[in-house]
Amino acid sequence: MSLLQKASFPSPASIVPNAEGLAKISFIGTRAFLLEAPGPFDLPNQRRIWALSRALEAHEQVAEIVPGMTNLLVILKETPDDPDTVIHQLQEKWQRAQGIDLAGRHIEIAVTYGGEHATDLPALCELSGLSDREVVRIHHEGTYRVFALGSAPGFGYLHGLDPRIHMPRKTVPSLKMARGCVTIGGMQTGVAVLTGPNGWNSIGFAEVQMFDPLAAAPAVMAPGDTVRFRPERIEL
Amino acid sequence: MIEIVETGPLNTVQDMGRPGYRNIGVTACGAMDPLALEIGNILLGNPEGAAVIEVQTFPFRLLFTKRGAFAVTGADCRAKLDGVALAPWWAGEAEPGQVLELFPPLRDARAYVSLSGGVDVAPVMGSRSTSLRGSFGGLGGRVLAVGDSIATGAVQPAAVPKGGFGAVPPAVALKDVFPVGENGELVIRALPAGEHDLFGADAERFWSQPWKISARSDRTGYRLSGDPIHPVEVVEMRSHGVVPGVIQVPPAGEPIVQMSDANTAGGYPKIAGIIEADLWRMGQARIGSTLRFVPATHAEAKGIEKALATYVDDIRQTARLVGKALAAMA
Repeated sequence: MSLLQKASFPSPASIVPNAEGLAKISFIGTRAFLLEAPGPFDLPNQRRIWALSRALEAHEQVAEIVPGMTNLLVILKETPDDPDTVIHQLQEKWQRAQGIDLAGRHIEIAVTYGGEHATDLPALCELSGLSDREVVRIHHEGTYRVFALGSAPGFGYLHGLDPRIHMPRKTVPSLKMARGCVTIGGMQTGVAVLTGPNGWNSIGFAEVQMFDPLAAAPAVMAPGDTVRFRPERIEL
Repeated sequence: MIEIVETGPLNTVQDMGRPGYRNIGVTACGAMDPLALEIGNILLGNPEGAAVIEVQTFPFRLLFTKRGAFAVTGADCRAKLDGVALAPWWAGEAEPGQVLELFPPLRDARAYVSLSGGVDVAPVMGSRSTSLRGSFGGLGGRVLAVGDSIATGAVQPAAVPKGGFGAVPPAVALKDVFPVGENGELVIRALPAGEHDLFGADAERFWSQPWKISARSDRTGYRLSGDPIHPVEVVEMRSHGVVPGVIQVPPAGEPIVQMSDANTAGGYPKIAGIIEADLWRMGQARIGSTLRFVPATHAEAKGIEKALATYVDDIRQTARLVGKALAAMA
């Protein structure tokens, strides 16, 4: 059952229904609704997700909102009687969401590229047809935005990875990837915050503490932050 | 105050969890069977959501170093107090020096020991639940070990009656609401999720075939084994938030059900999401057991939630009456 817009949804005030602008809305269990923005994986789309988050934060039926990568998980306080009404409301709010920008901090992360933690650098070179030096250069020359936090405490999903070094997640995750590994997962990049199973591809290592559960603001990164990687060492 | 005398690995302090921090990647954690936790606390007159001990490896023994009421709910682990058998879903009172023992359950997976006043550890981000992956919460962010002393809340609610009292287990009281399959398999209701239709004919097989809970299953998630299912096309998903009960299908085609300690986000195609009212049963499902998924609607889920709420309310009312009667006699 696809919950992609039902035919009964009233089209925007135009003659031709703007089907392209509709979000995909689906269920995860009874209280959670996942809204996925149509269109590209880019900053303008994410800005609309940030706007939608703001618009929903104070809603009385909403228990929790979890922004993802051009998508938003909305967890309600109670199982709704009529999920179609919720879908309708979310779709309306999405249509009205104008992009907002979040004034973030600038974060610089010192990285050792290559070396013992860069377990997937050779595979990325093979996939991309680039040399290890080129992969490293392309990665550290990029400017990234924190689109969302998630997966593990304080982990920031970074947008802005050059398409030349996109690399699909692994079919079989690494069982014990170290905290601090600088990784690529599809079109996203980030720094592992916990040691454990990880399906992303590691190309380097950064000595960083991204989370403190006892701090007033436990996570170092926040959506909207700008991140740059500074190559402290390159071991190829 | 109690002391752990014997424990297997993976027994932890849990409460109703730490929701509200998924947006910074923090897993909610919390009891795998929140219904058992709720009833245990009600029997003792504890505040809702007081922290308890979740026991999933047995045998487990604890020593009461002070007089105090306790309840054992969840899996029937043939509990004994100083060698005297207790009925399942039972609350009683222990004298200093008495030992409570929990043995491997014959069915179901997890038992809950509630203590009068609740397990008193410092809350972290609003919860006393242990986050093993994050190494915080509960008792120092770790599993319980022999010799651990555990304090209980200073506020001791009303005593339990002499000889104790209990609740009818939900599997008995609500057997029509939570039916068992023809071959004794667990029946779990779920709603189709975002990529359900991507699985084409395999989606039908997801619902029709039995799935076995593999040995690689824990509080993080259950890996199911059965005839693999595959989407008709491979999609590289953008990471998005998930909640416990989501059923994802990694490339190998055997589904994973994310549970209490799961990541807050994921990117595998998801075929369905278990209704919240069935999650406590999932939390009691044993490795090696078989289950079947049945498609449900929000309206059906709502009906099951109502039946559960009525059951819990009945026990709450009765426990209150018992408490009042005891107070009147005192």
